[in-house]
Amino acid sequence: MKTHTNKQLQALAQQFRIDVIETLHSKGTGHWGGSSSVAEILTYLYFKQMNIRPEQPDWSDRDRLILSKGHASPMLYRILEEKGYLKKGTLSSFRDLNSSLQGHPCMNKTSGVEMSTGALGHGLSVGLGMSLMAARNEHPFKTFVIVGEGCLNEGQSWEAIMAAGKFAPKDLVLLVDYNKVQLDGHSKDIMPLDPLVDKFKAFNWNVANQSFNGHDIDEIEKSFKWLNTQISGPSVIIYDTTKGKGVDFTEDTHIWHGSPVGDEHLKKALPQLKTVLSKWEDE
Amino acid sequence: METKGMRDAFGAALVEIGKSNDKLMVLDADVSSSTRSGLFGKAYPDRFFNVGVAEANMVDIAAGMATCGYRPVVSAFAIFLALKATDQIRNVVCYNNLNVIIAGGYSGLSDSFDGASHQSITDLAIMRAFPNMTVLVPAHADDVTSALEQALNINGPVYIRMCRNPSPVLNKKPLMIGKAEILAEGKNVTIGACGITIPMVLEAAGLLAEKGIAADVLDLGSLKPLDIDAILTSAKKTGCFLTVEEHSIHGGLGSAVSEVLVKSNPVPMDFVGIDDCFTESGPYVDLLDKYGISVTAIVAKAEALVGKTSQ
Repeated sequence: MKTHTNKQLQALAQQFRIDVIETLHSKGTGHWGGSSSVAEILTYLYFKQMNIRPEQPDWSDRDRLILSKGHASPMLYRILEEKGYLKKGTLSSFRDLNSSLQGHPCMNKTSGVEMSTGALGHGLSVGLGMSLMAARNEHPFKTFVIVGEGCLNEGQSWEAIMAAGKFAPKDLVLLVDYNKVQLDGHSKDIMPLDPLVDKFKAFNWNVANQSFNGHDIDEIEKSFKWLNTQISGPSVIIYDTTKGKGVDFTEDTHIWHGSPVGDEHLKKALPQLKTVLSKWEDE
Repeated sequence: METKGMRDAFGAALVEIGKSNDKLMVLDADVSSSTRSGLFGKAYPDRFFNVGVAEANMVDIAAGMATCGYRPVVSAFAIFLALKATDQIRNVVCYNNLNVIIAGGYSGLSDSFDGASHQSITDLAIMRAFPNMTVLVPAHADDVTSALEQALNINGPVYIRMCRNPSPVLNKKPLMIGKAEILAEGKNVTIGACGITIPMVLEAAGLLAEKGIAADVLDLGSLKPLDIDAILTSAKKTGCFLTVEEHSIHGGLGSAVSEVLVKSNPVPMDFVGIDDCFTESGPYVDLLDKYGISVTAIVAKAEALVGKTSQ
């Protein structure tokens, strides 16, 4: 695997944001808010953390990633494209009829997608099943599950959290993209989740006493250093993130959960995103 | 008449298959002593997962196992699998065509004393509506073993519906996916049935014969895929079709047969089943009788159909 510096990863994630917002603009559909929120987390996982072979997507020992918040599919697709699972340019067919890129991830249509998601709340249960089987293998793999507030609103997520506490697979890692905004508004108004750290502790999970900045690759790396000190699982990392990250009028608002990106929006957004990209490229 | 429990056959078959199939995983939702999946748990504790009362979580855990090449069987009461885990069965198991076997125990009215909350009379309607799903309705305990063995050897999800109470052991061929079995031959009326209603239908056919009505009796335990040729051949011969099932008349076997006949060979039909109502507590046989699933009701409806056809 080509090694990237953390600054290069910051730049990559920002470039993905630009590519995604341009794609959503051209398609007139898709979820910008949640895609932007998870950019650095996904970038770090795919470019620095996961043991995968894009040229051999069914390799049995590969680490698994389940994007339970499946509406962030454009960011996942962009990264799968960059990693070589998909041909360059595939993202331009996002949500088209007959495309391999469905509105929400579909494991039987898109190489590299480990589980079809979209209906919220499924990912952690599925990941638990995978990690339980990983524990039976000679070469166990890690299973990463990414959830947002919506997933954690679903009762099934808490069934899975409870069950993972019982079965305790050591290679199950839950990553919370905690941007605190969901489709209808701020989570504190729709369905508050705090104190989230205490909740996971109560369910016998490994959880750090802090959250980590999910837009700062150095901080994400720090969270994995913490993860590597855990000797038995399951583990959860809570990332503070911002919905609609990188564009002033889309940040921290539910309006941009799934609104179409119009011409004016793109015109205002691109300079902001590119300015930050230049900063990372210059460093 | 010898009787045998489907759930007992289920537990025994899991243990037997588990000897040679180390990919077999069994999950249950805190009813493993009732469904008999607990027998597998005792034999192979490292391949048994009791997830507590959480059917939805259980189905998705099984889905995750299936993606890793394992063969999970999820076991619980039919109504809770079909209704509490509908989203998981639809959006994860069926959408991805995963090798998960969904074993629904205590089906139909067979959890009789527990009442409507535990009685599963819409599971077939739900399960057969999902693409990729195979739906099997064993007629007796021995069918459970063959259904399970076949389910573990095909690609894709399978729903197996099982009665709680012991039921008569029948002299018939093992249930085959996609094949109907002709249990009796006659030219006046076709009676297509599945599950525990089969012995009733055979008894009814005997009574009808005494009245000069010869019934073609089909075991349609492979509800999906359905043996379309067998249905059409019989309907052409008899000119009328009665379906019998321990399920709502909406969406189950009667609906499935209607969908076949209306396209190719519409014939007069009638339906024995639960007529769009919630059921209640009581002794199993009395309940079946109250809701019109009885030898008497089958005879009456078959006679009326034949009368209608011959007018």
